[in-house]
Amino acid sequence: MMFRKNALACASALALTAGVAQADPVTVGLITTLSGGGAGLGVDVRDAFELALQMNGSDAIRLVVEDDGQRPEAAVQIADRMIQSEGAQILTGIIWSNLAMAVVPAVTAQDVIYVSPNAGPSALAGAGCTPNYFNAAYQNDTMHEAAGQYANTLGYQNAFIMAPNYPAGVDALTGFKRYFQGTLAGEVYTQLGQTDFAAEIAQIRASGADSIFIFEPGGMGISFMRQYAQSGVDLPIISAAFTFSQDVLPAVGDAALGVINTAEWSPDMDNDANVAFVAAFQEAYGRLPSVYAAQSFDTANLILSALAAADISDLDAFRAAMRAADFDSVRGSFRFGNNQHPIQNYYAREVVSVDGVLTNRIVGTAFEDHQDVYAADCAME
Amino acid sequence: MTAALLFEQFLNGLQFGLMLFLMSAGLTLVFGVMGLINLAHGSLFMIGAFFCAAAAGLTGNFWLGLAAGMAAAAAAGALIEVTVMRRLYTRDHLDQVLATFALILILSEGTKILFGPFPLYLDVPPLLTGTVNLGLTPYPLYRLALIVAGLGVALGLWLLIGRTRLGIRIRAGENDREMIAALGVNIRALYTFVFALGAALAGLAGALVGAVQSVQVGMGEPVLILAFVVIVIGGIGSIRGAMVGALLVGVIDTMGRFLLPQVFALFLDPSKASGAGAALASMLVYLLMALILVIRPKGLFPVHA
Repeated sequence: MMFRKNALACASALALTAGVAQADPVTVGLITTLSGGGAGLGVDVRDAFELALQMNGSDAIRLVVEDDGQRPEAAVQIADRMIQSEGAQILTGIIWSNLAMAVVPAVTAQDVIYVSPNAGPSALAGAGCTPNYFNAAYQNDTMHEAAGQYANTLGYQNAFIMAPNYPAGVDALTGFKRYFQGTLAGEVYTQLGQTDFAAEIAQIRASGADSIFIFEPGGMGISFMRQYAQSGVDLPIISAAFTFSQDVLPAVGDAALGVINTAEWSPDMDNDANVAFVAAFQEAYGRLPSVYAAQSFDTANLILSALAAADISDLDAFRAAMRAADFDSVRGSFRFGNNQHPIQNYYAREVVSVDGVLTNRIVGTAFEDHQDVYAADCAME
Repeated sequence: MTAALLFEQFLNGLQFGLMLFLMSAGLTLVFGVMGLINLAHGSLFMIGAFFCAAAAGLTGNFWLGLAAGMAAAAAAGALIEVTVMRRLYTRDHLDQVLATFALILILSEGTKILFGPFPLYLDVPPLLTGTVNLGLTPYPLYRLALIVAGLGVALGLWLLIGRTRLGIRIRAGENDREMIAALGVNIRALYTFVFALGAALAGLAGALVGAVQSVQVGMGEPVLILAFVVIVIGGIGSIRGAMVGALLVGVIDTMGRFLLPQVFALFLDPSKASGAGAALASMLVYLLMALILVIRPKGLFPVHA
């Protein structure tokens, strides 16, 4: 049965290629979160990737999309299936660091290229770096380092810092503390998935802090901001983009106005690639793109640029073309460091309301050409 | 640490506990009367929040949203009872767990298809914004309103079950379902009503809490887990047990999250103390449950002693 199906597929594939002189499209597997509470992020990654292919008009890529349900074991199975039965040579799409850690080492060991559109765990940036892994987004710590740096610029002296008690949360506070020069009024780890922050807000009220740094991605950030707005505490908040990205802003509402958050991209960046991207995304999907969408759009264009320059059957040439990163990034400038993670600018953005729609706009620069600290531990040149 | 901070944290625990009570009351009622384990109770909480947010968004009125959320959850509950649950009463608990787990997946994806993958916006009604000064400390008015609402529902439930004919039937149903059916009570209608009532309470909790939380797919499951802890502590099937259990869990969880890191800070550096304290605090309610199960295996207020 299986044999007959395969034989049929082979026959039809032969029939197809017989008529077309051009090389077969390369199969790219996009594994992302399309169901459950984190679905909004995955939907943005998928939509932006498809948009990039559409705008490029090239048929160099055959895209296969699957939902990981935010479960590491599901992501591993999907990756195996995509490589073995779909013949995927490039994988991408994963949002969460724990899923990336489950998938990336296994697939890159099979000489499959993985390009990260979001997660940037430190383990893959330092000693664990590999030639088949490219991060087109950021290394996890850097967004929070930028927040720490910009808190100095804003003159904050005594910050209350808070993140969920899991590896990315610990990285966030570590990253913030690495650059923040003031003292800490309090350091609190919340539970992952926590929905009620009354106890933490009461501590903030009593702490005597002059500012708050939070990393509470997804629903946690929405809950915290709603409750904070009702609490009567009125300290300035600084954060990394995750807590105030376009996917959550409409749900947070006006409580988010004025919050400073750091990112390597913002919808108001004035370069040709970004203006075209934001307009096309709005036109196609009727909403503003999030930072995840921007990263995924860049990921797609990065892959397309490398496929145009080199044949993937020659992996060395293809990897060299990837490292060259010769594409128009929506971030303006984009280049890879030795560990194949970006060296890029990080901006401070402020949440503003434009024609009744909450969005971010750049108000300052936290870092120029910033590289993650783990690059030094990476053996690649 | 001041008395004001302790007092504020106690109120926070009380409010959290009362919202847990709204969830666990329905869960324990359904289990007590029908002998049914309903894992999809958290989905009804989510349905309440989504319909409240959608209706409030359309009409601009939180109170209409609240009514819509409760009505939608009750309707969904009644529909589920008639189409699915009815077939499960005579099956064992494992079948019920399996079927209601399937319902979680169906309802979550259904909600995503209906409302989209992004969280919805729902704000506190203008009447209840801001803080009130309670002497020791300013406190959010909305949270105070949640405490009042929780106490009000508890009182209403107590009156319904203890003082009305319907309540007599519900209690009779808990004790001997064959006998009350033989006495001519329409047991099918009673079951549908009890299930819809439990669903409405979950929907009410979802809508009330939705104004200060993220209205998103899957929001019901963390609450569901705590609600199960509550009814195990309180004694499965007992409304009074659910009340005591919910308040215990609410206050101990809140106080633990607040106090444990400070205790650890006495002998660890602040960063480690915060991590260790948070880790232990997240286990605290489960330790409490284990302890109570050791001392009283059927919970604090066992129904069928």
